Amino acid sequence: MGTISLKKVHKAFGATVIIPSADLDIKNGEFVVFVGPSGCGKSTLLRMIAGLEDLTSGQIFIDGKDVSETPPAKRGLSMVFQSYALYPHMSVRSNIGFGLKMAGESKEMIDGKVAKAAATLNLTDYLDRKPGQLSGGQRQRVAIGRAIVRQPEGFLFDEPLSNLDAALRVNMRIFIMQLHQDLGTTMIYVTHDQVEAMTMADRIVVLNRGNIEQVGSPLELYNHPNSVFVAGFIGSPKMNFVENNTIGIRPEHILLSDKKGDWEGTIKLSEHLGSDTFLHVDAGSRGTLTVRASGENALKPGSKVWMTPEPARIHRFDKDGKAIRK
Amino acid sequence: MARKVSTNRKLLITVLAWGIGLLIFFPILWTILTSFKTEGDAIAQPPQFLFFNWTMENYGIVQERSNYLLFAFNSIVLALGSTFFALLIAIPSAWAMAFAPGKRTKDLLMWMLSTKMMPPVGALIPIYLIFRDVHLLDTRFGIITVLMLLNLPIIIWMLYTYFKEIPGEILEASRMDGASLAKELIYVLTPMALPGIASTLLLNIILAWNEAFWTLALTTKDAAPLTQFIASYSAPEGLFWAKLSAASTMAIAPILVLGWFAQKQLVRGLTFGAVK
Amino acid sequence: MATQQTRTLGRFAVAPSVLSLFLWMIVPLAMTIYFSFLRYNLLDPNYACSLMHPDQLLDGANRCLAGFSNYSYFLTDPAFFRAMGNSLKLVGWVLGISVVFGTLLALLLDQPFFGQGIVRLMMIAPFLVMPTVSALVWKNMMLNPVSGMIAYLFKSVGLQPIDWFAHAPLTAVVIMVSWQWVPFATLILLTSLQSLDGEQKEAAEMDGTPPLSYFWYIVLPHLIRPMTVVILIETIFLLNVFAEIYVTGTAGTAGNLPFLVYQYGLIANDIGGASAGGIIAVILANIVAFFLMRMIGKNLDA
Repeated sequence: MGTISLKKVHKAFGATVIIPSADLDIKNGEFVVFVGPSGCGKSTLLRMIAGLEDLTSGQIFIDGKDVSETPPAKRGLSMVFQSYALYPHMSVRSNIGFGLKMAGESKEMIDGKVAKAAATLNLTDYLDRKPGQLSGGQRQRVAIGRAIVRQPEGFLFDEPLSNLDAALRVNMRIFIMQLHQDLGTTMIYVTHDQVEAMTMADRIVVLNRGNIEQVGSPLELYNHPNSVFVAGFIGSPKMNFVENNTIGIRPEHILLSDKKGDWEGTIKLSEHLGSDTFLHVDAGSRGTLTVRASGENALKPGSKVWMTPEPARIHRFDKDGKAIRK
Repeated sequence: MARKVSTNRKLLITVLAWGIGLLIFFPILWTILTSFKTEGDAIAQPPQFLFFNWTMENYGIVQERSNYLLFAFNSIVLALGSTFFALLIAIPSAWAMAFAPGKRTKDLLMWMLSTKMMPPVGALIPIYLIFRDVHLLDTRFGIITVLMLLNLPIIIWMLYTYFKEIPGEILEASRMDGASLAKELIYVLTPMALPGIASTLLLNIILAWNEAFWTLALTTKDAAPLTQFIASYSAPEGLFWAKLSAASTMAIAPILVLGWFAQKQLVRGLTFGAVK
Repeated sequence: MATQQTRTLGRFAVAPSVLSLFLWMIVPLAMTIYFSFLRYNLLDPNYACSLMHPDQLLDGANRCLAGFSNYSYFLTDPAFFRAMGNSLKLVGWVLGISVVFGTLLALLLDQPFFGQGIVRLMMIAPFLVMPTVSALVWKNMMLNPVSGMIAYLFKSVGLQPIDWFAHAPLTAVVIMVSWQWVPFATLILLTSLQSLDGEQKEAAEMDGTPPLSYFWYIVLPHLIRPMTVVILIETIFLLNVFAEIYVTGTAGTAGNLPFLVYQYGLIANDIGGASAGGIIAVILANIVAFFLMRMIGKNLDA
């Protein structure tokens, strides 16, 4: 089983507080994504769960057991590192089998498990190569192979796709989701990319300056953000904020017209993506707003437009950036 | 990058560089040549460059008179022994400083380096007396200990700079995989840092081989390495240049050959890991 | 970064080397300080003690307290000033020569030419030669006023050969020590030059930078760090030059501080005096080290 709970987890380096206090319960088999801008403490939180970083105070439970003082290897978790952290002097076979070897398993047992993992990951032909002879995507798969072969209670991913090019990133994203479906094991995945968070997660944990801002399913966060921060972080392109950040409206929830509407503006730029067009509109005192229009939109920079926000989709916030619920 | 350099310029630099190279190498070349001369040819004026009676007799005489092999054996034992033991305690230390640094790590490193600044004469008398009292004078064990301590700071510093280049995530991965510290060092860190360790090893073998303060002060016969062997030629026998040259050639040849074969590691090691 | 467990492990891992280095530093130093306040002669146990101060005898080894007399004796010995002067001159000259010539040679060897590998081999060689051999070879085959190579060259251009060890012993020592350390400086600086970014070179060319300005504004700043390394390492070794003086027998005129202490202790068997000299050498070295450490602390952010 793989439930993971954080109780009042606090982390500080001297006087610098990284994580003030974090509480979180992760259910068995859940795919949880920690997302937030760089420096928000998401990696530190993950490393504390892994046991690579001490807790200043608080507790971490895995399967109900307090593991706060347990060394990394005894927590039953596997980790995939951002840089893959493969052992460069070992073959793919030894890389994948290293953890089993350290656990003292027999050679036949290790070979069997490595072969099985390699087959799942399409690495069978590369078992005798060194990591240096592999492509980025292959290295990534070796790192994943090293993680799954130990049959852990949970997987930890620390920005695993950030070193891959865009096309490969999409493939690996799907691959990891498929893996999660097949294994059904708890996974915690750290990223700064909200698209990854939205597409992969069962639940997203949004972090800001060490605080958990909101926890919820991707659509919950999209539809009911708790704060200006979450509203601005989730969704692409970013939500528009007007009236001193007290009103937010997503680009896809603004109706566009060349005749009439609530807000008047001038098109400054248009980005054509084919399926959609994103218009950057100068709305005078309201600043620059982003509006999504259809792909075939023919509006040119310089032309006047009117914009009307969909009333039901308007988000309202108080002075402190907290959402006001209707 | 690949661009034509004018041939004339390249030739000019070739001549210059070879000239200076030969000039710098000349004393060694001359020593090697002289070792094959008769004593008469050795001091002949004008000097004889190639057309003299080549002879091997000096080598035989030197071995017979001063038992070269014993000194050479001692040099090998002292250089390898001290380097080996130093590496043994330096690798864990450098690991700790590179991957588990505390607030004081940098100060510690500087302090270690500063022990190198301590002039050996400050320690000579006590060490000499201690060694005399515990009967370590002129023993291989005693000299190995001294040479090990002498080069330890440099070894730790070099290893530290090499280890710093290794991403910490890889060691963390091994910790996640359940490796203990010993296994982490043996299976992951040491193999990864092998080129750096080789450079360190090489440079310290050379430093230990050529160390000529403690070896001269603390040995007389049994544990005496080649530095002592050569020093015995500074006495009146030094007037016999051909034999002196043969002895010198024999003393420097092993390390010269080693250094030349491992030139790449040596250059890397020479910069003490501080220059990339 | 690391966990408490790792840090604890780390402390155990550094302990052996810290402990052994600490002992290696502190035990001899403490003993040297103690000896430096004693009248203590190995060969002449009665050396002044039992005769002049029978009440102050410490033990059977006939040692007695000497106060600061060892220091005052050592510090007023004319040999001390000569030795200290020689130490400083030796370090200063060799450092200067190796940095200047090292830079020039590195610049030369950084150009493309035929046989780079072989020239580099020849350049490394002097660094590999043990100091006793280098001293003997230079003393005899190179610098001997009658049959030495240099004498021959002098004569062949009609000059009077110089009897180096009689008239310019320190110069002779500087020559042979420089011979060992210029190659070292050259190699370090060359390695550093070769790591100079090729694009920087090309950008400078595009800007039409003249060679001298290129050297001054781009190459030299790049070489500051390796020069620091050269100076640091050479100073450590040069302050303690010993074998060259031991072997060439130039102690009387070119002897440096380490050699003077050696003479006091193991030749004259005056342990007290040698210890006082050792402490003085330690103090002087620490002054030099203090400035060096500050310099590298800044330049070598490890």
